[in-house]
Amino acid sequence: MADPEARKVIELGYGGNERLVMNMGPQHPSAHGVFRMILTLEGETIVAVDSVIGYLHRCHEKLGETLTYAQYPSIASKTDYVAAMTSELTYVLAAEKIGKIEVPTRAQYLRVLVAELQRIASHCLWLGTWCLDLGGALGGGATVFLYCFREREMILDLFEALTGARLLYGFHQVGGTRYDLPEGWATRCRDAVVHIDQRLDEYESMLETNTAFLWRAQGVGVISKELAQNVGIAGPLLRGSGVDFDIRRNDPYSSYQDFDFKIPMETAGDCYARYRVRMREFRESIKIVRQVLEGLPEGPISSRPGLKSVGQVRIPKGEAYARVQGPRGEVGCYLIADGGPKPYRMKWRGASFSNLSILPHIVPGHKVADVVAIMGSVDPVFGEVDR
Amino acid sequence: MIRDVVTAFVLLNAIVLIVTYLTYVERKFAARMQSRIGPYRVGRPHGWLQPIADAIKLLIKEDIIPATADRPVYNLAPIVFLIPSFLIFATVPFAPGLGVADLNIGILFFLAVSSLEIVGLFMGGWGSNNKYALLSSMRAVNQIISYEIPFVLAALIPVLLAGSLRLSAIVQAQEGLWFVAYPVIGQLAFVAFIIATIASENRVPFDILEAESELVAGFRVEYSGMKFALIQLAEYTHMFAVSCLGALLFLGGWLGPGLPGPVWFLLKALLIFLLVTWVRWSFVRIRVDQILGFSWKVLLPATLILLMATGFWVALRSGNVA
Repeated sequence: MADPEARKVIELGYGGNERLVMNMGPQHPSAHGVFRMILTLEGETIVAVDSVIGYLHRCHEKLGETLTYAQYPSIASKTDYVAAMTSELTYVLAAEKIGKIEVPTRAQYLRVLVAELQRIASHCLWLGTWCLDLGGALGGGATVFLYCFREREMILDLFEALTGARLLYGFHQVGGTRYDLPEGWATRCRDAVVHIDQRLDEYESMLETNTAFLWRAQGVGVISKELAQNVGIAGPLLRGSGVDFDIRRNDPYSSYQDFDFKIPMETAGDCYARYRVRMREFRESIKIVRQVLEGLPEGPISSRPGLKSVGQVRIPKGEAYARVQGPRGEVGCYLIADGGPKPYRMKWRGASFSNLSILPHIVPGHKVADVVAIMGSVDPVFGEVDR
Repeated sequence: MIRDVVTAFVLLNAIVLIVTYLTYVERKFAARMQSRIGPYRVGRPHGWLQPIADAIKLLIKEDIIPATADRPVYNLAPIVFLIPSFLIFATVPFAPGLGVADLNIGILFFLAVSSLEIVGLFMGGWGSNNKYALLSSMRAVNQIISYEIPFVLAALIPVLLAGSLRLSAIVQAQEGLWFVAYPVIGQLAFVAFIIATIASENRVPFDILEAESELVAGFRVEYSGMKFALIQLAEYTHMFAVSCLGALLFLGGWLGPGLPGPVWFLLKALLIFLLVTWVRWSFVRIRVDQILGFSWKVLLPATLILLMATGFWVALRSGNVA
């Protein structure tokens, strides 16, 4: 920590002088992983917050240099383990961009299908854990949490039928996808989506008519439009603050331009706005899933079928940056290939990492209870923060 | 004398048993709300031995005292927390003549002793020498001071209607009409009473002292084993006691057709307990400043006005208005 600027803590001017420094994490019920916040308190009010990350560092970028293009996608899913499909897709897209590899339309559609299902599953987890943060494991929060897990389970079952795995899939590969839809999967998927759509109405009516919930969510953790753009947050946070940006529409990849969907946006910038953005995103994802299932073309699922050994995929010399709209925002992968079976260098841009950097700007001035509400609405996944 | 001792002994054990099983009732009830099954494995049918298994587990767990704790305060706190919860049962009449002491100021005794638990709670938070526990006990003091007042005011409305502080007399005054059915006043007072009950029992949405998403477990974060069990027992006993008070004040205590008095009484107490549990498992926790604001700005003026209106009405009815 040689650079003093890097250690500068954003502090709030406050009249009192009796301060308490309290640790939240790395082991904490609402840390959403292993994250440490050093809070300076004046009574219940937070005057400064210092975040410490790195507890889940697993040398992903170095690992990317030692694994081949065929091996790494299934490891890439471990960066953001809540939305594993997204990070796999990013890596594969970057490799395809360098190699100028064509992907069959069916494979592109399948990628969109799993990406959107993953978004629904990830948002289910977010809603559950956020309510858990607001309402506690021994209260209404736990009720919403268990409801959300019930719905997330349906999508995990679908993924299990598709790939054989429930959390880390290894579905994508350079040139296409590894698996095609099994018999009857589309019908099951349609049923699940109808079911989730109905349940979403139930959550909304349970939460949005609940005064306690509104008290906790509205006006808490306000991110202004300028701040959002300066800090570089992404995804639902950015759109909750009134910046209309979504890679799926602004820079379409994997045939997103073929589908008709809206980009939800709110202008208030508080926790409730972020909640609304995500709730509407659920609906848009469901819409996209339905469109994919309707318009899924026949054809091959990969342009490089019959992979015999893991070293077979070779990418010509070059470099590329691919980005994908993950559930938490822009997930990017910068890849430098040297013509061999392994990349020369790889760099991840995690959405959670950049989103987390908003905390010192918005947390001071709030009460202790709001820290967890804000943390939950930021929705970080620490596998992606630390990598 | 001997009769009193025997009654107290039987009552104490009955209460422990009832409270132990209240945890089971709550867990099953919450499980149904959350589309789960709840405890199922220990004891057939439906895991009915679960509370016993939990008690044994807590008994044989290691008792950890933090190195920096203030030992006497830390060790004493669970007991100081537990005693008032049991003491308040002394005045609860389960049926005519079935109770330890039917004091003529029964409700006053009940309210006074029940607010003593804050002492134990604060001792626990202070003695643990833990920042989470300290914050939690500070919150506890704030909250209990704020909510005892509307709680007492709401409890005084049935007293005014019955014209007595004796709990059995309040029940007898409901012979014709339970106070919860008393036009307008009864319902408003009941709602205020339930809200204040939830707050004084520290349950969601007012459970800022436990607040496990922020303060891990609040004032009991450093407690383990039997001391933790004592705190849990005290909390549920207190909850049961307040449910009993609600049944006495608003639901006509032991009055009811067919079944014996104590059965009616316990059923009514259970009803209030389940009402509170229902709220608990469907609300999110509100923030400390919102809790205090709600108490001082909404609940306190509302109960005060209601109390004055009730007093006026009672005076008008008895023809004593000057």
